[in-house]
Amino acid sequence: MAWFKKSKAPIATVETKKVQMPEGLWTKCKNCDEIIYTKEIERNLNVCPKCDYHFRISARHRIDLIIDEGTFQEIDAGITSVDFLKFKDSKKYDDRIKTALKKSGDGDAIICGAGKIEGLPVVVAVFDFGFMGGSMGSVVGEKVTRAIELGLERKSPVLVFSSSGGARMQESILSLMQMAKSSAALARLKKAGIPFISVLTDPTTGGVTASFAMLGDLNIAEPKALIGFAGPRVIEQTIRQKLPEGFQRSEYLLEHGMVDMIVPRNEMKAQLSKVLSVFTKQPAT
Amino acid sequence: MQYFLDFEKPLVDLEQKIRELRDYSTDSVDFSSEIKKLEKKADKLRAEIFSNLSRWQRTQLARHQNRPYTLDYIKNIFTDWFEVHGDRNYRDDPALVCGFARLDGQPCAVIGHQKGRDTKEKVYRNFGMPNPEGYRKALRVMQMAEQFGLPVFTFVDTPGAFPGIGAEERGQAEAIARNLREMAALKVPIIVTITGEGGSGGALAIAVGNRVLMMQYSVYSVISPEGCAAILWSDGTRGPEAAEALKLTATDIDQLGCVIDEIIEEPVGGAHNDYELAASQVKQALQKHLAELQELSADELIEQRYQKFRAMTVIQEPQKN
Ligand SMILES: [Zn+2]
Repeated sequence: MAWFKKSKAPIATVETKKVQMPEGLWTKCKNCDEIIYTKEIERNLNVCPKCDYHFRISARHRIDLIIDEGTFQEIDAGITSVDFLKFKDSKKYDDRIKTALKKSGDGDAIICGAGKIEGLPVVVAVFDFGFMGGSMGSVVGEKVTRAIELGLERKSPVLVFSSSGGARMQESILSLMQMAKSSAALARLKKAGIPFISVLTDPTTGGVTASFAMLGDLNIAEPKALIGFAGPRVIEQTIRQKLPEGFQRSEYLLEHGMVDMIVPRNEMKAQLSKVLSVFTKQPAT
Repeated sequence: MQYFLDFEKPLVDLEQKIRELRDYSTDSVDFSSEIKKLEKKADKLRAEIFSNLSRWQRTQLARHQNRPYTLDYIKNIFTDWFEVHGDRNYRDDPALVCGFARLDGQPCAVIGHQKGRDTKEKVYRNFGMPNPEGYRKALRVMQMAEQFGLPVFTFVDTPGAFPGIGAEERGQAEAIARNLREMAALKVPIIVTITGEGGSGGALAIAVGNRVLMMQYSVYSVISPEGCAAILWSDGTRGPEAAEALKLTATDIDQLGCVIDEIIEEPVGGAHNDYELAASQVKQALQKHLAELQELSADELIEQRYQKFRAMTVIQEPQKN
């Protein structure tokens, strides 16, 4: 049973390679291996023009794509993580936070705010995978919860764009508790009859999937995103089997009834606007 | 069953010696002064070992093969227990037991992870790692408790939710997430006891309570030390180091001040040394907390539970100018 002990990692903070942002003049697509002119990918909303692979994008970029220009008002900017456990592996958590802040700005792994989508008011929380793999510690849990509470207060629909390896190990038990805290806030939103839309982007795993990301009145996925509870490697090690093709991808989740629809990046805003306008009983445009 | 951890060995040896001396004692041969001396020595040794446990040793105690499991606690705490089965959708999950019983005559629902003792039962119980249907069964029972106005007691002891193909296919993440949301809004008291391993989301899915109690040698963590070590150092055998970093013991978590309400003391040397005493300690704690919660209305219970989890936050607010 030795193998069993080694492999139980229920919330696998999936290890992350460098964020797949195109750099340099040419970019090799992670999915189809095609070498493509970077500008062409960027013009295509960071989607591979050959195979439709959706590259990961930053939270700011996502907000630009979804929220009406000039309407976004950020909330809770500048809240930062605290190394209250003095967690140390090869590097101190404190230093990891500092490095990430320098690299990705002051939002920790999520940026929240109020804004409009084709004129409809929303509260939106967008993960930044570039910040420690989008991992959820106290700050992320708190910001998601405050965003939901703001939606409650303003009776405004709440949207979360997830992209996360799961809970942040460096905050141990308190990271786990963020799942309960944010889900409890969603219980209130549901009771108040306010829509919650979860958009799952590549990758969404672990504690984020096992809390608010799966609790949307609608769960919407970008194409081919990795979405799951346990990371594929953990599953492979546990059951000692190769995983089936397409396992834990958006299309697989749609087939198994876990997401409502798959929406490509260039249609996302229009689709969200349609959904929100129906759910909030706005006249058709 | 002869099973002990490395650090328990000197103690087990000494206890064995004492037993032997007792067996050899007859009317004519008296070892009583010798036995007394050894007993004193054993007490001292036990106190020494257990006052200096590392976090890894405590993790091992939490996983001790002889540790009382949920059904052992149920047997020693409740009366009129009857188990119910199935999530009404897919199948029954033996890794999570659910049912109804009485605590001191008070009807209640009881839910807990269940591990197996021997190899066959371990496999049957899937090592205490539930599939989605386990969590859905638990939710069904909690909602029944709400329907009948019964308090809910949960017992947490799992390495984690099962990471398997079927589990993903049937929505492990959704099942856990739904429980978190629904437990937050349940109109009856929920009292959670972490009895052994509090393994991540698989533990939390039955652990959103008005009260969260931890047994003295239980652990509670976002990831297992082995899993953590595998990610940090690509080396699952460095669990002992990861356990130190994760600060996962009852004492550690109590020090955060916002996650648990009480540490339940265990019999000397750990709960596995005396199931009945361990259970009676748990029972006393459950009675006390239930009495407090029965003073609250349904709305107050929901509010208290919300605020409890709402407060689980350590952050640095931005400096205002
Ligand atoms: Zn491509």
